[in-house]
Amino acid sequence: MNLPNITLISFGYFEKELLENTAEAVKNEFRCSVNIKEGHIDLSEFYDQARRQYNGNNLLKMIDAMSFPGSVKTLGLFNVDLFIPILTFIFGQAFLGGRSGIVSLYRFNNERYGMTGDNQFLQDRFKKEVIHELGHTFGLIHCHNTDCVMRSSNYVEDIDQKNQQLCPNCKAQIGM
Amino acid sequence: MARKISILIVDDEESVRDSLYNWFLEDGFRVESAENAKKALTILESDQFDIILADIKMPGMDGLEMLRRIKSLKPDAIVIVMTAFATVDTAVKALKDGAYDYVTKPFDPDDLTHLIRNATKQISLADENETLKKKVVSLENVEDLIGASDAMKNMLGEVESVAQTNSSVIITGESGTGKELVARAIHANSPRKFFPFVSVHCGALTESLLESELFGHEKGAFTGAMYNRKGRFEMADNGSIFLDEIATISTKMQIELLRVLESKTFMRVGGNKEISSDFRVICATNKDLKSMVEKGTFREDLFYRLNVVNIQIPPLRDRISDIPLLVDYFIKKYCTSMNKPPASIDATALKRLQEFNYPGNIRELENIIERAIVVGDGKKITLKDLPLEKTIVNNSTESLDDFEKTFILQILNKYSWNISRAAKALKVDRVTLYNKIKKYELKPADQ
Repeated sequence: MNLPNITLISFGYFEKELLENTAEAVKNEFRCSVNIKEGHIDLSEFYDQARRQYNGNNLLKMIDAMSFPGSVKTLGLFNVDLFIPILTFIFGQAFLGGRSGIVSLYRFNNERYGMTGDNQFLQDRFKKEVIHELGHTFGLIHCHNTDCVMRSSNYVEDIDQKNQQLCPNCKAQIGM
Repeated sequence: MARKISILIVDDEESVRDSLYNWFLEDGFRVESAENAKKALTILESDQFDIILADIKMPGMDGLEMLRRIKSLKPDAIVIVMTAFATVDTAVKALKDGAYDYVTKPFDPDDLTHLIRNATKQISLADENETLKKKVVSLENVEDLIGASDAMKNMLGEVESVAQTNSSVIITGESGTGKELVARAIHANSPRKFFPFVSVHCGALTESLLESELFGHEKGAFTGAMYNRKGRFEMADNGSIFLDEIATISTKMQIELLRVLESKTFMRVGGNKEISSDFRVICATNKDLKSMVEKGTFREDLFYRLNVVNIQIPPLRDRISDIPLLVDYFIKKYCTSMNKPPASIDATALKRLQEFNYPGNIRELENIIERAIVVGDGKKITLKDLPLEKTIVNNSTESLDDFEKTFILQILNKYSWNISRAAKALKVDRVTLYNKIKKYELKPADQ
């Protein structure tokens, strides 16, 4: 049986190990095959001079316009500070029940908050938010279960508190 | 399970609408958006939204004007206004016009989460409050007021109309007719229904006890007053106070009561602080207060203060047709409370019950049924379960006319409606008998 395919496409510099570990985590959680691709676009057109951030809405639309044969979901991975017009920042976003989403590594680094860098935290946060946004593309909304990866997170501390996995209820909702 | 909260986003910027739309969708809300105030108002005409998140600066009608219009249509609506150009003036104006909160764009994701979470909590509380109110209303539904007779219907009509007012009411009726139930029904149907209904049995208390009971007392006011205690008037604040057996209160208490009813203020026994309370007074008596006034045993001014509306409860013997309903109600009530299977009553027993006089009114009927449920076989109440010998049989002929009508009918039936023989038995001529038949509209049983 062919497993559904998810494409993770990175823009900018990402450590190979981080991408591979993330792909492995996605594979385990959604029982699918995962493709890692590298994207090359000029991000400056998504840059908002006034906010000094990158427009998450436009980046999501750009990812959504991409198509990869055999891939049911595509997630754009970035390393820049994302915003949407109404919010000061976002970690990522996705089309609910759609086929695309985006996540940025930018705000997951401890050093950004005046603390010592911790690669494990960085990787865990990234993996969780990638799974979280992919969960939205599968139609999952925010979950009230404190352990569930689909719990809404506004701060990195929120991300640290939840697990990397979907709770049984969310799993059941997507037929897993 | 909590219902899905709905949010309407109103903003002229598409990117803002889309951002919020997706954000709220991911949170599981039902979301709609409108690009201007006019469209939002059109949407609101046909759909209900729990939260309206609206931009202040929009072309055409601005957010503040829209807020005012929404509030005039739906005062409970939760409207959160947002703007990119925050000034204290606009914020204050929005809040004064009834906005739930005010946020400056762009906002922190956590602020948005908190804002919506608080609004959602308020909606849940309002929903819960509404549900509880409905429950209270159903609990307060005075189902004990049973009866379909004209007398009862008239009385219930009076209860319904007087309940909506704030007027003092005197309920008169014989003992056992259910005066307190009527008082409770007035309270339960009034705008004061969510506040206390405080009942005081004036006849059961001595003058000094009644004074302390009604007005409360301060610690040390008298021997045994170890604590401050609220009086019944104070407890009935915003609600109703029911003064049963009002005719029994002393002259001194009548003066005190009159003063309280006029000023709605009083002092606790032994206290020196004036306390005010907003209560509605409902009184009951089985005495003729008017004749007491004439005799000088009840103050005229108090009588007129209390007797704004008078509700007369008919005695049970005047509403014999309600007995089957009442019997059925009491059977169900006592079978349930005694944990017995549903019972019924046989026709002979019911007929007999309709012939009773009931000096103790409904209370007496209730006691008869309760006893019958206790002593009966649990399935059917029969004649042997009824304590007939202790009850006066009702002739159901209160007036001479009633008596004459019943008697003539009996004789006519006895002689199979043979007019000549019936007239002979009655010792009247046939014309007189025909006139009586016409007067009382008598007819043979098979017609």
